Amino acid sequence: MQMPDPDASILARKARIVSRLQAVLAQGAVISDESETRAYECDALTAYCCPPLAAVLPSSTKEVSAVLKICHEEGVPVVPRGSGTSLAGGALPTADSVILGVARMNDVLETDYDNRFIRVQTGRTNLSVTGAVEENDFFYAPDPSSQLACAIAGNIAMNSGGAHCLKYGVTTNNLLGVTLVLMDGTIVELGGAHLDPAGLDLLGVICGSEGQLGVVTEATLRILRKPEDARPVLMGFDSNEVAGACVSDIIKAGVLPVAIEFMDRPILEIAENFSGAGYPECEALLIIEVEGSDAEIEEQLDKILSIARQHNPVELREAQSSEDAQRIWLGRKSAFGAVGQVADYMCLDGTIPVSELPRVLTGITELSNKYGLRVGNVFHAGDGNMHPLIMFDANKPGDLELCEEMGAEVLRLCVEVGGCLTGEHGVGIEKRDLMTDQFTTEDLEIQMAVKDVFDPKWLLNPAKVFPLATSETRRSQQMAAE
Amino acid sequence: MTVVSQMPAVTALSPSSEAELAEVIGSATSALHIQGGGTRSFASVAADTVLNTGGLAGISLYEPGALTLVAQAGTKLSDIQEALSAEGQRLAFEPADIRGLVGVEGQSTIGGVIATNASGPRRIQAGAARDFTLGVRFVDGKGTVLKNGGRVMKNVTGYDLVKLLSGSWGSLGVLSEVSLKTQPIPETQACVLINGLSILEAVQVMSQALGSPYELTGAAHAPAGVDGHPVTMLRIEGFEGSVSYRASKLAELFGTYDVSIETDPAKVSKGWQWVRDVVLLQDQSGDVWRVSCKPSDAPDLIEKSGAQQSLLDWGGGLAWLRMPAGRDLRTALGGFDGHATLVKGEAASANLPQFHPQPPALATLSQALRAKFDPKGILNPGIMG
Repeated sequence: MQMPDPDASILARKARIVSRLQAVLAQGAVISDESETRAYECDALTAYCCPPLAAVLPSSTKEVSAVLKICHEEGVPVVPRGSGTSLAGGALPTADSVILGVARMNDVLETDYDNRFIRVQTGRTNLSVTGAVEENDFFYAPDPSSQLACAIAGNIAMNSGGAHCLKYGVTTNNLLGVTLVLMDGTIVELGGAHLDPAGLDLLGVICGSEGQLGVVTEATLRILRKPEDARPVLMGFDSNEVAGACVSDIIKAGVLPVAIEFMDRPILEIAENFSGAGYPECEALLIIEVEGSDAEIEEQLDKILSIARQHNPVELREAQSSEDAQRIWLGRKSAFGAVGQVADYMCLDGTIPVSELPRVLTGITELSNKYGLRVGNVFHAGDGNMHPLIMFDANKPGDLELCEEMGAEVLRLCVEVGGCLTGEHGVGIEKRDLMTDQFTTEDLEIQMAVKDVFDPKWLLNPAKVFPLATSETRRSQQMAAE
Repeated sequence: MTVVSQMPAVTALSPSSEAELAEVIGSATSALHIQGGGTRSFASVAADTVLNTGGLAGISLYEPGALTLVAQAGTKLSDIQEALSAEGQRLAFEPADIRGLVGVEGQSTIGGVIATNASGPRRIQAGAARDFTLGVRFVDGKGTVLKNGGRVMKNVTGYDLVKLLSGSWGSLGVLSEVSLKTQPIPETQACVLINGLSILEAVQVMSQALGSPYELTGAAHAPAGVDGHPVTMLRIEGFEGSVSYRASKLAELFGTYDVSIETDPAKVSKGWQWVRDVVLLQDQSGDVWRVSCKPSDAPDLIEKSGAQQSLLDWGGGLAWLRMPAGRDLRTALGGFDGHATLVKGEAASANLPQFHPQPPALATLSQALRAKFDPKGILNPGIMG
């Protein structure tokens, strides 16, 4: 992936910019020493890295505003950063940019059980939002796999999902309001504790805008009462097609499981070797979890199992105890780690109509043979959110490029069958250059026009989301103006 | 395309394809009043030409197993509901039919539903119209055909203009096609009814119920219901065993009140349609306002409003108020977390802004967005401030 060349005039002004930032922030909140800025050189897409000009760690909305105002005046690009867990390069800096990290802003500002919301600073991690309300049996629903580390700021930027969003929706469906700081330092409030927006749904467009429209410093999030209990069931099938048909039938029957997870044979073998979860020998495995009281769980599982039986499963295994449940989830939850033990891998998250599942899985197998790279599929089947893991060897020259090339073909296939490039990870730099496969020039132009409104100088996370050639004119107008 | 001249100096354009729609907008030099079925257009628009989307009709794709339906924007809501119910499905967000309230006739279109983000009682649990809109095709104010989103459940590819277009009242573009997530109709439903609560008690009861693990899909309160007495309604939907379990748990939780359980699904449907369509406030004098607020603020806001009649939905987060004509409710309420919309106004209220005025920074952003999407300023000018 290519990134724009750094602006030499910004690099030349480093000392002045750093000193201006130091003047508005606490001691130690501006990191500019080259040995330390390295800590911010990449996110979870580790194949690409570049230390920023400086990194700042403000501790309030006002400080964020002051930082942005200075960067706006100086014409310095700003890359907002939550916890740096983006798989798409959303927090990758350029050498002439300032990383704005919200990690020090992690307070709970208000908890309101009567109105079922929590207001937090956005540096707070996803899991610790639930942590703040679980003693009262409430939880925050979106649960990305990185929830132990990832920040709410990043969840909002990428509109993150998770295994349980089949029932509870993704971030945008659980976000009620934000405090947003625009690039020129203006602070605006969008939404609040009420349910529908007044005027245009700006909150809706901020969520998922990858830090390109403003910096979200505070968020009002919907919290829900925990269900009484949850129980998974495991089922193995002879083929991917049959497992896919079973998923479709369950959804159509009106059962709404909280999660339907799918693992194919290559992943099953790796996960089984790694975790010893005791998975059956089969082509495709589903893990389906339902919630409620004991009687409600039984009622739903009865329906699910009777549908599954019509598809001649190789195995049906209902958790009889919490140990059983953990065992069923064990292999799934350790699948990524297990693959990481045997190879380097790239994880895609193209999403497809559920009905196209068999066709896309076959297509991925064909591409795997064509490129000679192993692929395992482990994904959220209920909503068609694929996660092909393409395995490669980072030490072998050309293998990363080969893997990227194959990944691009997989994503094009997803688009071709009526799906999209990314279901929950975001575009970042990773899928930036594929945007023209999904959108027309006009479709992209209107999205860029939205950025023009919020960030006319194109300073916020500028080299992301849109192909560089497409955003070139807008990004370079800034340099020309100096 | 049909062009019909209506009563004094109003021309109605009715394109029959997306290409014609683009042509009409691209060549327009004066303001257009965008209309689906005209069943929600209480908003006043400064335009002599009506652009009607009814000619863009038809369901182009329906995959019940994938819970996905794609339809042209002018498709009648009733046609969509019919197609869905044939497969045991529905629109989860339960759009209200406010024709009776506003006093208009005609047929709602799916484009109008999405463009106004019209969401009914199930909004508190399932989500709003915008949450079930997976993708849109639309024509902007320059006549350019654009798309955003798609027909998959999870999609973060580029900016979410689907949300921005939902509830934009035609001010950013005219929808030509929408793709929606559908929902299977649950096996059965029941309603826990509590009689005699004050508004304050009712909001507390609804909060407690919504904060329980028994998963409500509706929580409403009428201070004076059909028989003139206060009634609080809690709806539960799902499989039979589960519904009966949760209803009895809720009845137990509120056992100190006058509580009963309605288990006849037909009666439950009728009761919630009554809430959804605000039947209580139909055919009466005065203005009708819709207040979106923090639920626990509702009792105080209703007190301050001086409303003649009220109906609470969304656990108190949505208050429908009947007010004396011509009085700006916002003045009475002062600043609060939420907003008030004038849904039906008498002649004396013609000068009241229908949409809640926005703080200056937000108004600036909204105006700038409109200028980008509609540089000629021809799409529903005057709507939404």
